[in-house]
Amino acid sequence: MRKFNLSAWAGFLLSVVAFISYPFVFARWSITRDFPWANLVLFGFAVVLLTIGMRRAFAADRSHPKRAKIAASLLVTLSMLVLGLFLFSTFIMARWLPASHGAPQVGQKAPDFTLTDTNGKRVSLGEILTTSATNGQASKGALLIFYRGYW
Amino acid sequence: MDSPEVTRDLCAKAGYTFTFLSDPKAEAIRRYDLLHAGAGINGQDIARPAEFLVDASGTVRWLNLTENYWVRARPEQILEAAKTLR
Repeated sequence: MRKFNLSAWAGFLLSVVAFISYPFVFARWSITRDFPWANLVLFGFAVVLLTIGMRRAFAADRSHPKRAKIAASLLVTLSMLVLGLFLFSTFIMARWLPASHGAPQVGQKAPDFTLTDTNGKRVSLGEILTTSATNGQASKGALLIFYRGYW
Repeated sequence: MDSPEVTRDLCAKAGYTFTFLSDPKAEAIRRYDLLHAGAGINGQDIARPAEFLVDASGTVRWLNLTENYWVRARPEQILEAAKTLR
């Protein structure tokens, strides 16, 4: 009988991969970022592997010592913690955002500002709105994108 | 929140051609009520993500204040809204 519980270990490692691949891989495309279905699929496979691993460790035959049961249980517990942490951070923590009631609404004037561009030049919103487009046509407006500051 | 030097490197690496402004003191961030105090990785203040479409007269015509920072406006949505600008 194999001493090394491949399924349980594979299940645990896959859980870790399922977690890490969200910010580093799947977050690059909005189709897999807006709802982390790809990662939930990976977690699903991990659960299958862990189930197989648990059944092997707790099999009725006496070829598996207590150590194997403890190891498998530990891997399952750790994997569930990883899954829990993933669900918490992507569905709950990501929504911990300030209310921003003071943000300008549709129909209100966008507050003016003057900030520095990448060349060290001071640029104001008024300038942005009146500068004509690269094709020489009059400016139709501007899109202001506020980034979080880091991912 | 990054300094102009940091954003210049980022823009050069990513090939961005649009105007990229720095707001290290969070002046504009505060004026738009987007400050997310202490949420940065080192406890620093950052912004909550938001997009505003402003017409030539300075009036907001469309905005997006996401409820989940993983979910942002898609380019198609913004382009659709931009069509209403004359």
